[in-house]
Amino acid sequence: MAVHAFAKSSGRRKPLPGGASNHSGWRAIMFLLPSWLLLAVFFFVPILLTFYFAFTNLSLTGTSSLATKFIGFQNFVSMFQDPTFRISVIKTIVFLVFSAVIGQQVLGLLLAVLMNERHRVFRSAIGVLVIAGWVTPEIVVAFIFYAFFSDGGTLDTFLSVFHVQPIAWLYAFPMVSVIIANIWHGTAFSMMVYQAALGDVPKEILESAAIDGAGRFQRFVRVTLPMIKGSIATNMMLITLQTLGVFTLIYSLTGGGPGNRTMTLPIYMYQQAFSDYQLGYGTAISLILLIIGIVASFVYLRMLKVKL
Amino acid sequence: MKWSRAKADTILVHLVLVLIGVVFVIPLLWMIFAAFDGNATLALQVPQHWTLGNFWAILSDPANQRSFVNGVIISLGQSVLVVIVAGLAAYPLSRYQLKYKRPFMYTILFSTSLPITAVMVPVYELFVFLHITDSIFWTTLFLAASGLPYAIWIMKNFMDSVPIELEEAAWTDGASAFSSLRKIVAPLMLPGISTVGIFTFAGSWGNFFVPFILIQTPSKLPASVTIFQFFGQYGSVEYGKLAAFSILYTIPAVVLYVLGQRYMSTGFQFGGATKG
Repeated sequence: MAVHAFAKSSGRRKPLPGGASNHSGWRAIMFLLPSWLLLAVFFFVPILLTFYFAFTNLSLTGTSSLATKFIGFQNFVSMFQDPTFRISVIKTIVFLVFSAVIGQQVLGLLLAVLMNERHRVFRSAIGVLVIAGWVTPEIVVAFIFYAFFSDGGTLDTFLSVFHVQPIAWLYAFPMVSVIIANIWHGTAFSMMVYQAALGDVPKEILESAAIDGAGRFQRFVRVTLPMIKGSIATNMMLITLQTLGVFTLIYSLTGGGPGNRTMTLPIYMYQQAFSDYQLGYGTAISLILLIIGIVASFVYLRMLKVKL
Repeated sequence: MKWSRAKADTILVHLVLVLIGVVFVIPLLWMIFAAFDGNATLALQVPQHWTLGNFWAILSDPANQRSFVNGVIISLGQSVLVVIVAGLAAYPLSRYQLKYKRPFMYTILFSTSLPITAVMVPVYELFVFLHITDSIFWTTLFLAASGLPYAIWIMKNFMDSVPIELEEAAWTDGASAFSSLRKIVAPLMLPGISTVGIFTFAGSWGNFFVPFILIQTPSKLPASVTIFQFFGQYGSVEYGKLAAFSILYTIPAVVLYVLGQRYMSTGFQFGGATKG
């Protein structure tokens, strides 16, 4: 990629750094070079490698580890015949929909709306509790919920008040458990996004709607929601992309199990590539993840309607 | 009649919020109680004898100390690199009229949202191919690259708000672009630099997956992975120590959050990109 700086087209000529204008193209390259190098080697090359290795039988053990060769679409053919792959697609969608699209999004919006116009101290007191879950590193979130859901753990302690027998939740309801853990960890992000969005809704419009006789709920649905729909869409895209990549939480809580009951795509990708040493097949799975990510990113970019 | 209904509404809203707050804090209780309990189990119980023994046990173990040092090296290294490299890149993007600025900025923005998880297998393959696995240096470099898109985006937006007139005077006096960036622009955009630095450090400190894949030797691992291995080895017996380790590991994240809070609003306008 080459960069050309052209003279500023309008207005008075501004002095350029160092006084010379025709060298600023080179100067721009010098400034951009370190970032280009880093991004090219560690970001764009791996993306290109994904497209390449996904069509090979690359592996760390066995005969194919000695001679890696191009095998066309074979990885993808086996993928669509692989029942575990099918399961992991479904698990990924379930995890995504319930923990991000519904869980974090709805709870975050609810919190932001309820907190709106409350007393400042009360607002920040509740806010701190929710944000605590967000600040906690993912691996610690996993430990916390390991204790929370374990047999005789915190949840069982609270439920024993209602005479519910202790349950090992991570075995009985693994997907529900990881979804709840992820909602706990992620909701603060949506909450803060919506707090910022609600702050931008002009009070006058809400007041005049109230004078016209619109109730609290009507004002929310007819006035507030349409005004923050841009933020809702953007937030939806962002948390979808974040949740799609969740590995640490699920890996350390359940390891994808029991059985394959929490086997999302990142976990299956890891298992294939690093436990079963089928790097080619693992890369093919990451290609699927990558393509979903690329499509979602494009949608996100379209939504932002950025002016550069 | 109408008055009292509004009042009932307000009370209900407060109740619901308090309830949500309580639900959010309950999972944390175990970690706090267990960390100060010499005989902690998985059950939620207030310690009979409060003790700091678990914390001392974790802190006095050289392997754990090492993991914290490694974590700081990686996170600090990544933050410094990201701030410098992104700052340099942001300068021409903000100051010059470049032909390929738009596609470049779109690529940057696009890259900010790609999940890193999706490229970790090929990144590992690349590291094996280049014989650079199991290295703190190269892992830090990779992490820096992965943090660049977001950092360049934020830095450019901050730099746009520094008036160019201030620099023009310096240029007329013969200052180079680099020295005006260093002496005039950088001091004026300290909030932007802090935002990028703090967010990068926090993200790096909490990152488990990348060092887990790229580093193998236990003595080179940062705290995020060491704590996971501790859980695997002793987690099912030494719950008090696991909880203490978790708290010690979480403290830097909390401190950074408090420090970064003043700049937080910037991050939540999607890098100043969305309005309406």
